[in-house]
Parts: sequence; C-alpha cells; structure tokens
Amino acid sequence: MRIADQAGFSFAGFDLRLFSVNRIDSPLKQGDALTLPAPFLRWFGEKGWQPRAHQLELLARAEAGESTLLIAPTGAGKTLAGFLPSLVDLTRRGKIPPGSVFTGIHTLYLSPLKALAVDIERNLTKPVDEMGLPVRVENRTGDTPQGKRQRQKLNPPDILLTTPEQLALLLANGEAERFFRDLRYVVFDELHSLVTSKRGHLLSLGLARLRRLAPELQTIGLSATVADPMDLQRWLSPQSPERNDHAGLVTVKGGAKPEITILRTDEHVPWAGHSARYAIADVYAAIKKHGTTLLFVNTRSQAELVFQELWTINDDNLPIALHHGSLDVAQRRKVEAAMSENRLRAVVATSTLDLGIDWGDVDLVVHVGAPKGASRLAQRIGRANHRMDEPSKAILVPANRFEVMECQAALDANYIGAQDTPPVGKGALDVLAQHVLGMACAAPFDPLSLYEEITSASPYASLTWETFERVVDFVATGGYALKTYERYARIRKTKEGLFRVSNPLVAQQYRLNVGTIVESPMLNVRMVKRNQRGSLGRGGMSLGKVEEYFLEMLSQGDTFLFSGKVLRFEGIRENECLVSQAFSFDPKVPSYAGGKFPLSTYLAEQVRKMLADPARRAALPEQVRDWLSLQKDVSMLPREDELLIETFPRGSRHYMVIYAFEGRLAHQTLGMLLTRRLDRAGLKPLGFVATDYSLAVWALDDLGAMFQLRRKALADLFDEDMLGDDLEAWLNESFLLKRTFRNCAVIAGLIDQRHPGKEKTGRQVTVSADLIYDVLRAHEPDHLLLEATRNDAATGLLDIGRLGDMLKRIKGHITHRRLDRISPLAVPVMLEIGKEAVQGEAQDFLLSEAADDLINEALGGEPL
Amino acid sequence: MHRLAHALSAPADSTAVSARAIVHGVEAVCDPLGSLYLPETRTLVVSDLHLEKGSAFARRGMMLPPYDTLATLRVLEAAITRHDPRLIISLGDNFHDRVGSAAMPDTFRHMIAAMAMGREWVWINGNHDPDGTCGLPGISLDEFRHAGLTFRHEPSRGEASGEVAGHLHPAATVVRREKSVRRACFATDGTRLLMPAFGVTTGGLDLRHRAMSGLFDRAKLVAHMLGRDRIYSVRFTNLIA
Repeated sequence: MRIADQAGFSFAGFDLRLFSVNRIDSPLKQGDALTLPAPFLRWFGEKGWQPRAHQLELLARAEAGESTLLIAPTGAGKTLAGFLPSLVDLTRRGKIPPGSVFTGIHTLYLSPLKALAVDIERNLTKPVDEMGLPVRVENRTGDTPQGKRQRQKLNPPDILLTTPEQLALLLANGEAERFFRDLRYVVFDELHSLVTSKRGHLLSLGLARLRRLAPELQTIGLSATVADPMDLQRWLSPQSPERNDHAGLVTVKGGAKPEITILRTDEHVPWAGHSARYAIADVYAAIKKHGTTLLFVNTRSQAELVFQELWTINDDNLPIALHHGSLDVAQRRKVEAAMSENRLRAVVATSTLDLGIDWGDVDLVVHVGAPKGASRLAQRIGRANHRMDEPSKAILVPANRFEVMECQAALDANYIGAQDTPPVGKGALDVLAQHVLGMACAAPFDPLSLYEEITSASPYASLTWETFERVVDFVATGGYALKTYERYARIRKTKEGLFRVSNPLVAQQYRLNVGTIVESPMLNVRMVKRNQRGSLGRGGMSLGKVEEYFLEMLSQGDTFLFSGKVLRFEGIRENECLVSQAFSFDPKVPSYAGGKFPLSTYLAEQVRKMLADPARRAALPEQVRDWLSLQKDVSMLPREDELLIETFPRGSRHYMVIYAFEGRLAHQTLGMLLTRRLDRAGLKPLGFVATDYSLAVWALDDLGAMFQLRRKALADLFDEDMLGDDLEAWLNESFLLKRTFRNCAVIAGLIDQRHPGKEKTGRQVTVSADLIYDVLRAHEPDHLLLEATRNDAATGLLDIGRLGDMLKRIKGHITHRRLDRISPLAVPVMLEIGKEAVQGEAQDFLLSEAADDLINEALGGEPL
Repeated sequence: MHRLAHALSAPADSTAVSARAIVHGVEAVCDPLGSLYLPETRTLVVSDLHLEKGSAFARRGMMLPPYDTLATLRVLEAAITRHDPRLIISLGDNFHDRVGSAAMPDTFRHMIAAMAMGREWVWINGNHDPDGTCGLPGISLDEFRHAGLTFRHEPSRGEASGEVAGHLHPAATVVRREKSVRRACFATDGTRLLMPAFGVTTGGLDLRHRAMSGLFDRAKLVAHMLGRDRIYSVRFTNLIA
C-alpha cells in the first residue's frame, strides 16, 4: 500500500498537484509510453485547460491493467476521466478499415437512467468531434428504433452507452459472444446508486457474464461519495473463494464547500404535515433573486402542491415548471429541454431529477421537506453550479418542526462529509432466476460453470450450490415440491448435461419481462371535454399516470391536483382515467401518496444526538427551541441512547407514544408487533400510527397505569424476542408481503408483466399475484419465491434489521413518563392519526361500517 | 386466502355469517365461502371454479403454483358439508381451459367423485370450457332451468327475470373516509343474480365496470361482499359514502 505523493508529480508533460488523490493499492507502472496522444494535447491546449490529476491517474492505472473506482464530487470531470482510457486506446488503435473482420464494441458505458445515457452521448461526442478522434459513440436504450438496434448488432459502435436492462437483453442474445468479445472497458456511472438495488444485482451478474466473454476487460466505476468504498471496489472485481479481489481507488475531495442554509422565516413552522405551505412566499422570493432554481421535494403530492402554491403567488409570471415521474414523457422532455436552454426560472422536481444529468446553469437548490438522508442531500445540492471550484448554494425548507432538526442534522453532515448510503446487500434470488433464464436464452449452459461465473459477482459470492440448484429448478418448472410440471419445463437438461430453453416462446417471454423495475398498477390520465349534450368527448391530452388505488376512492365530480392542475374526475374508460378541467382552486381530495423515503439511520442518530445535546439544540431556530424546552418542562428530552415512552389519556382513549427515531418503515413494523403483544396481554390496543420520528399506539385501557404497576412489563414488551414468533405470525398475514411477493414474482418470471401480443393491465397482475401468494403460502411455505419475498421485506419494506438494532440498543434504557395530557413532542404524531391507509383487519371493519348503513336502512323498514 | 382459512375452520351453522336474498321470488343464501344455497330445493350453486388454472398457465410457460385446484376443491368441500345439498350446479368456467378437465390429476377427480356421492351435479359450460367436462359425475349443459330460475354462464343482455349467472367475477369497492376496500361479491337487484368467482386464483371485476352496465336496476342493486369470515351487504348506491 502506498500513500499519495503529497508533493505532486509530473505526468505527460504537465505538473500536477495531487492534493487529493489517494493511491491505495498497487503502485503504478510508470516510465513507459504513457503519454497522451497528440490530438488530446492539442485539444487541452486550445481550450486552455489542463487534464485534472485524477483523470490522468485513472488513465495511468487503466493503462497498467487495473480496474479502478473513482470517487469524485459533481463537476470534477468524472465523465471525461471515465472515458479517457477508452478514447486514448481507441485513438492508438485507429479506424478499422472497411472490409476488416467483425469487431465487437470496445467500451460499454452503463448508467442508471436512460436520460443520462443520452446526455452523455452529447457530452462525449463534442470532444471526440473537436479532437477528430476515430471513435464512434452511440447509445442504446428502450427508445432506440428497431432498425438502429439491428445495425448496431451488425456494425457495433466503438463505445456503446446503455442501461442495465439493455445489457441483460444483449447478453441473452445468441450473438452476445461475438458482440462483446473485443470488449476492453466497462464504465459504470453513478455506481453508488446502481449497486444497492436489485438492478445492481442484475448488473453484477451481467458483468460476470461479460468477463466470461471478454476475460481481459477492465472496469471503471464512477461514484459520488459512499460510506464504504470497499463494497464498490469488490463489486468491480471478480470474486472467488480463494481471492477477495478489489479494484483500485482514486478519491477526489470536494471543491468549494456548499453554502447551505435552513430557511429562516417569520412564519409559524407547523407541528406536523409535509406541505411547507407556510414557506411559499419566502421560497418565491428566493426564486426571484436567483437565475435558475431547482426545487426538490420528496413526494409527488408535495411537488404538485408546491407547484400550485407557487403559481398562486406568481405575480411576475416567472416560468416555473413541474417535473415528476408520473407526468407524461413528452411533458417531461419539454421541461428538460427548456431547462438545458436556460429558459426556466424554477423547476419543482422529485427524485426523477436526482442523478447526474446536466441541467444548465442552476444557481440555487431549494430542498422542500427534510432530505431524509445526508448523501441524497449532497447529491441534490450538487445539481447547483456544475463547476467544482464555485460553491453550490442551497436552502433547506423544513415542513414541520421535527424536520427542522432533521435539516439541521443533514446540514451538519454535509459539512463533515458524513455518508449514509446503504450497503450493497446480498444478491436477490428473484433477480438470479431472471438471469439464469436469460443465460439459457443466450446459449445452452453448463450448471457448474454458470455457478462459478455467478459466484464471481460480489453480491452472489456467498451463494451456495444448493440454492443455485433450487433457482435452476425454479426456472425450469417453478420449483414446486409437487413435481407436476416436468412436461412443461421451460429449460431442460440435454444429454450432454447442458440446460437449454425448450422453445422459442420462452426466450420471447424473457425479453418482454427483463428488468427489475416492476410498475405498480397505473392508469393513464387523459383530459377530455364535455360536449353540449353533456357527454364526454374522446382523445384529449394525456397528462401522465396515477396509481389505480388512488382513483378507486374517487367518484365522478371529485377534484384533485395533478400535473399542476386542479382536475375533475369524470370516470374510468378501459385503462384510462378521464378528467376535465375543474373550475376551482380548491381540490376536494387533497393528495395521493407518492414514494416516500424513510429517514436514514445516520440522520436518525444525529436527530437523537441533537435532542440530547443542549449545545446543538441552541443552534436551532427559536420556535423549535421553545417547543423543545416546553417538552423538557412538561415531560423530558431523552438521552441519545434512551428510549422515551410517554403515556397519557386523551378523549376516551389512552395513548402511548414511543420516540424511537428509526424511520417510518421500522416504526410501522414495531407498531404491528407491539399491538399484537398488547392484545395478548389483554390491554386492548385499538390502533397505531407511525411517522419517521415516533410511533403512537392507543388502547381502551390505561396503558400508563399498567406499565407503572408492573415496571417489568414494559421491558418485556420491547424485548428482542418480538422479532421471533410474533414477527413470523404477523408476516404470515401481512399485506406488505403480498406487495413484495408481486415484485419478486414478476422479476423471477413467475408472472408476466406483459404478455406477448396482448397487454395485461397492472390490475390483473396485482389480483392474481395476491391470490397466488395465498395459495403458495398455504401449500408450500418454504418455496424459493417466498424465501426471496421474506428476504426483501426484512431489509426493505419492514426494515427488520433496523428494528432489531434498535431493540438491542434500548435494552435497559427505557424511560416511561406517565403524563396527564399530551406532550409537545407527541403533537406531530397525534396529528397524523386518521391519515394512514387502511389494511388488514381494518379492511373488514370498513366493510362492516358500510354494511351497518344498510342494516340501519333495513331497520327503517326498507326491504332488501 | 380468507375463504380457504374460513372453509377449514368453518362452523357448521352459517346463518350468522351469511346473507339472505330473494331472486325472482326464490329465497337464496349468500355464503362467505362464495356459494349460493337455495334452501327450498336444497340446491348449491357455485360459479367460475377455474380448476387447473395453474397447470393451464404452466403449459404456456408460466409456472404458477400447482395447488389452486386442491385449494378450490377444499373450499367446495366445506360448502357442500355445510349445506348438504341434493343438487350442485357449477355455473361454467369450471375449468380454466378446454384440456383442463381431461388433464386433471386423478386425486382431484376422486375428491369430486366423493363430493358427488348421493347428489346430482350439473356442470354448465362456460367460455373457457365450452366442450363440457370429461370423466366427472353429473351432466354438462349450456343452460339449466330449475326451481323457477335460469342458470347460465354468461348473463344475457337486457331483461332476464330469474337469471343466475357467473362469468363476470363481480367485485365491489366500499369507500369510507377516503379509504377503499374491494371484495368479490354476489350482486343482485332481486331480478337477476351474478355469482362471485369461486376459484381461489380468480380475480374480480368492479360493479362499476362498463361490462356490468345494463344488467341491473342500480337503485335496487345490493352487493353481498365476501368479508374475511362473513358476508357484508351493501347497497350499490351506498358503496361510496
């Protein structure tokens, strides 16, 4: 191991200061022909630029045959660094004369976003053209026309820019071997965001296959800051039982510190809620003061609301646009184009704008609502000012008082460079099933050598042979204990011991279902007009997509916010939701749920620390300080490692509020488990509601009195053993598992997302997946897909790991305060009661309520 | 799988959890298992069993669990035990596809034979299985008139007094306090009755779907919804509060 040469070094004719490049592993093989080719030197000279230290460092390592991870902030010239080795190598190789033997692609670039691949093509083609390099760059995404795809296969470009799904498709093709045999470099952009999901698992398997096709290939990973770079370094290198290889690491420290502030306002910061309505005037004033502002929000409903509120006070008619994943693609493209041409003053956006796309000259980022994770905040703030040496400017707008603390914590984190990205995680089995089928579609496979290949991918390095066999069995016949499907097998073993697909239909089905992103059932929203006779016209503008469950609770005439407009619900026709313009500014149905991120472990810890530390509390705005000191007077503020539980009566009920600060998902799971236990103890719990910060449970009996009488009971209630039998019992009935199962079933290829020839609507998929889950669980609870479902739920939806850590942490540190009324800290969660979706047992309760109406009617003498 | 769980733990007396309906003057009991019982003629009606649905999909490359037939038959067994009918009418789409009836494993065939002991069985042909059943007790018919009612798979268009049909898999959505719950249901306006699908892996179609339009007098329409362990009867006009 060699530490960076602090003094700097001379390279390719340039004197470079290596102030922030760390050389962690292998020394460089220096001294041989490591000079930039002439066109590069000329180009840098003309521009008056110098190649950056990390760009040359990466090139040197690549030339020395090393795979490398480059961690650099936005604006550090990461993209050019990633492509420099390819461009130099291709320039040396020169143009391939026509009539030569087929040459496959030289460099493969993978990005998590289609838009990013397109963006990079533009950014890369420019210097390539200016230098006059003999290099052909093309992209291939879901939008690439069939003709171009065919041509790319016959006559591949030198550099192909694509997405993980397209790579899977290319690899499942019979011509993959020829197409990839000359591959030299694979560049992974935004690697930190790719690897932690199932997409990353699929991509790691794709990389393992690429290595088999082109054993000499080298990888280059480009990433924003991550908690554990070694995770990514291993991901980039082939793993084997004998060796734990990893790629080298080049780190570039950030340039200028961002200027981040929390919105200071004279307005009253609300106790609860997520709308940030109070701050709109201040936000608008900030937009006016800046050139272009990006406004990030956490959910789509927030985006809609903020957008509408801004336009309500937009007296100067500033061009302010809206961008979120549900909007129609054409509309989104329009906004993106206007943005890159600097025609907009502000864009209200959700995470669809998160990743490294260049959005023109943004000089201010406003973050409405708490960022939920310090890394996400850093990423979003990086959108402002794409030049590394100028500071980015950002304003955080907390929507409620807890969020003020969370924003302060995130802000502190950004300065100290804390990171909270989740670990890579163990490879998912549903993804593996999809990949195995894909590999059979490419060519008949030998199970032993495929197993070896798969375990060379770091997420699957610990996969056992037994599990692999079960996966292959699942792919072939569904893997059921009841072996009745042998005659319908999708892949079969040949006499030579190879698995091959049984018929071409299998490959067709695979192609239609490739990928790990499962759409939730959505309906297209279409604007229609009423004609004079009052009937609905056809074919107006399409506004985007909205979740089906949201529409189910609407009746004709209801108004809601979507696409920045107040719309009137007219009805559902086939797969479309018909709406008309509503002539009101006050939507009746306020919002619909969008994706919510849970509070990250790191920020949660920071918020707990802040509560416990008077010095840090002093930095908070006055309103929040007052709130907290009131809490201290009435009840208490918990120490960092302490779990505060308050009980108090309110109305005819008794409440227990648990301040666990572990994020909504973990709290929801805790709520489910606690109510089970309380029920068993005869304490008659009635319900619970969870926020990111706390959990409230209510009951008919006086919980506080019970706990006070038998102190031990509270410790028992929160004992870790709740993650045993109670969890098991609850999971078996949980609706959450059904949703997870549906995703696993689609990814694993048990259920089609789409059918060849006919589109199956999302609704049909949902319904059958739920029912299949029930049947499978009743008859074969140990089935591979149920195992995959439980694994997913444990890490994702239920956050069981995090709950387990918390139960361990608070053991012996539970403090119970019995109050005679609600405490200030309890107000936010109490305000959430009644806003939660209804699930499980509560569903039947709703039905009985509706049925009671009929009974009452019947008692009134009306016949049925 | 509420119905299977309910079927396995079902009380023999189901009056408390069922709902009574009158169709064209005939008394009928809607049972949370998804079967309709006509006490006067001791007739049990079920619809859209979709037996062998899993294997039908497996033949086309989708390896759905091979347990659906067994699960559906268990619920049927429970319904038959509960009511001890003289006649069983299965209203079509008894099998998920044409070959299902011939390809069904013998174990299931024996289960059905045992259920049919001492009773008559009418299999109405559906659009999924128009050729009738193969090697099963009872007779196959396209349509059956009995006890003052007409039993057919697909509801006829327009006026149809006393029609009991399936095919559409009716489901209803209750909305209360901005929250919604959807469940399979018996749907009747007193003139006609639509049966919920009985098969354990069959989905549902909302009563508000246009395929349902014109079938009922909506002012008199009641959805007898299948709850976890009882029927909830809700007037159509009252589904959304």
